[in-house]
Amino acid sequence: MQIAPSESEHAFRAEVRAFLAEFFTPELRREAGVQSGVFAERELGQRWQRILFEKGWVAPHWPKEYGGTGWSPMQRYIFSEECAKAGAPVLSAQGLGMVGPVLMRYGTQRQKDYFLPRILSGEDYWCQGYSEPQAGSDLASLQCRAERDGDDYVINGTKTWTTHAHYSNWIFLLVRTDVVSGKPQAGITFLLAPMSLAGISVRPIHSVSGEHEVNQVFFDNVRVPVANRVGEEHQGWSIAKYLLEFERGGSYAPRIKSLLEKIYTIAACEQDGYGRPLSEDPVFRLALAEIEVDLLAIDAMERQLVASMTTGQAVGNSIASILKIQGTELYQRVAEFAVQSLGPRGLPDYHRLRRDDAPSIGPDYAQTPVARYLNSRAATIYGGSSEIQRNILAKTWLEL
Amino acid sequence: MNFPLNQDQQLLQNTVRRFISDACGFEQRRQANTQDFNRANWVQFADLGLLAIPFSEEDGGLGGSAIDVAVVMAEIGRGLALEPFFAAIVLAGGILRHGASATQRAALIPDLICGQSIVCFAYAEAASRYNLADVSSTAKKRDGAYVLNGDKLTVYAAPAADWIIVTARTAGERRDEHGITLFRVPSQAAGVSRRDYTAIDGARVSDITFDNVRVTDEDVIGPVDAAMDIVRRVADEATAALCAEALGAMNALNEATIDYVRQRRAFGQVIGKFQVIQHRLVNMRIATEQATALVFDATRVLSEGNAEASRLIAAAKAKIGKESKLVAQGAVQLHGGIGITDELNVGHYMTRLLAIDVTFGDTTHHLRRVAAANDSLRSQPSVHSLRFAGQVRNLGLSS
Repeated sequence: MQIAPSESEHAFRAEVRAFLAEFFTPELRREAGVQSGVFAERELGQRWQRILFEKGWVAPHWPKEYGGTGWSPMQRYIFSEECAKAGAPVLSAQGLGMVGPVLMRYGTQRQKDYFLPRILSGEDYWCQGYSEPQAGSDLASLQCRAERDGDDYVINGTKTWTTHAHYSNWIFLLVRTDVVSGKPQAGITFLLAPMSLAGISVRPIHSVSGEHEVNQVFFDNVRVPVANRVGEEHQGWSIAKYLLEFERGGSYAPRIKSLLEKIYTIAACEQDGYGRPLSEDPVFRLALAEIEVDLLAIDAMERQLVASMTTGQAVGNSIASILKIQGTELYQRVAEFAVQSLGPRGLPDYHRLRRDDAPSIGPDYAQTPVARYLNSRAATIYGGSSEIQRNILAKTWLEL
Repeated sequence: MNFPLNQDQQLLQNTVRRFISDACGFEQRRQANTQDFNRANWVQFADLGLLAIPFSEEDGGLGGSAIDVAVVMAEIGRGLALEPFFAAIVLAGGILRHGASATQRAALIPDLICGQSIVCFAYAEAASRYNLADVSSTAKKRDGAYVLNGDKLTVYAAPAADWIIVTARTAGERRDEHGITLFRVPSQAAGVSRRDYTAIDGARVSDITFDNVRVTDEDVIGPVDAAMDIVRRVADEATAALCAEALGAMNALNEATIDYVRQRRAFGQVIGKFQVIQHRLVNMRIATEQATALVFDATRVLSEGNAEASRLIAAAKAKIGKESKLVAQGAVQLHGGIGITDELNVGHYMTRLLAIDVTFGDTTHHLRRVAAANDSLRSQPSVHSLRFAGQVRNLGLSS
């Protein structure tokens, strides 16, 4: 199993770096540096997506025939690693990473022809209507109803934690089209809806960090044409499961590495109070080394996964759950360590100053760690909580 | 809080808890759509006698103990109240109690106690991290007055304060214990400028710049060049108080989380029935109970005036740093997504506990103090202990 990069992979990495050097300008880097959320804010994200789109690199995971790059798994890994290292904005995943692949697999030709180009160009901005106030981890118990009425579905209900719904012009959602006693998964359908439809309203949900990323979306007798259904009626749950599998192979190590770089900056600039920069404090260095050991393990697993995908070896289901647990928990630890390293410099609410358009205070490196730490607490909750992931692994491994 | 309290302290706890939840807790602030404390509430604090607790009876106070202070602080922690009891009464008030002359105390304490004026204490500087003796602000004697220059960061209660107490260097090198002097400065004095902003826990704070601010001998608090003993004593009291506040927050988080898992349903049952969730809640409670025992012990020893107190307070703050994270993170995780929304109190407890953690030293800082104290306790005539003796002085432990 070849894990070490080859000659051509070195060349590819150089090509990616050259692209970033040219197009990821200092101005973009500055904007990207103050992002603390899961995805870049819309304006920054759209600008970066446009640049990638023009290069033809906006959808590395898509098949070439739909606008993908035709890269090997290793090249995709190198690309995402270099982007994370440079601090490039993280594009919202709902279009490129979720509804796009769903349409490629389950969509009609008309749906593919219409939506896929607009996802690539960024002309359409998507949000995901999955969770509900009473259905989070237990997504199958969702209640948002869709009643068939002629050529339409009429939707009534609500979705929550809808990331970027306030920016989006389209939403894909799982709705209940049937109630099957004892089998909640059996009556779920996958629909697409324009956010401009009458009856759709969006309520912002503010984080304690001050950020506004997620929303609650309300559907009040919203009429959606049947042509906007993806797949068969009641097939929604299989589609959702497919999406989960498709999301596998996402990497945690690059993002964590880039967070560690920020900690190095903090430690080089912050003094320990006894005449040394924090970076020379042996206790700090040991704690950092501990984190780096765990990061090396995650990185190794992710690269081995890439190698397996390259050679077409079967990949067990458990790796995705292991990485989800370990990757998110390490990300949280690192975010926490950044706050600890910042010390009393972390007390000002920098995000509020930015929101209020007030002049900033303090050094650049102090602006985001606390907001990022607070935001990171959700990482072990969304996308299948750590508890759910451990249940999955227990079922797979223990066969009890 | 499960401190063993006497009857008076029980009464105090009940009174403060009821008052805060009626008038100035998190829910109250949310409903009033305000982010700050209001002076009317502060006067009510005064009317209840709370502001008088730590001051001596001869100064018009109630002569209360560190435990009495802890009772109030725990309720503030539980209620997420923003009233500056800690900043004005415990911290600035502590400097006045331990360092100010009778004249100075008579001039400042009565108005402080009745809620008419607010005093803050500006000590932190950009490069000092947790070293209280790292002071670059200077006070140079010139024409019979002191001229103050320097910048202090993130001073709680400063936006509303009438007086600023500040540490400045009158002699020595940047990190020398000797050469630091305490001054009181009227907040409107010429040369004092402030950048007011909000801290992560919602409190209003200031970065303060002193630009050739003139103060007289009457404004010196305590001995010239030798203020660090006062500062360290007050820092210990303040640290113990913050530990108590943290306990209040931790207890509230445990209770809120138990309530939540009792009614939240998923996978056909109340999620509190799942063993993993129960064990996590139990761990949160164990952490809180253990921290409570240590904080109480440290506070008791402090109230008895025992020199042992410093080491125990360091241990308590180190423990609180660790356990408050365990509780806050557990509470957020078990609440799911709503745990970090602005609407719910859970995330706000997390940010307040974070703020407490980086005030007067985090876990790592206090572990170092405990290690130095241990070495000093063992008194081995070794190279080790000689080196650590220096560190003990630097870390402000009485030995």
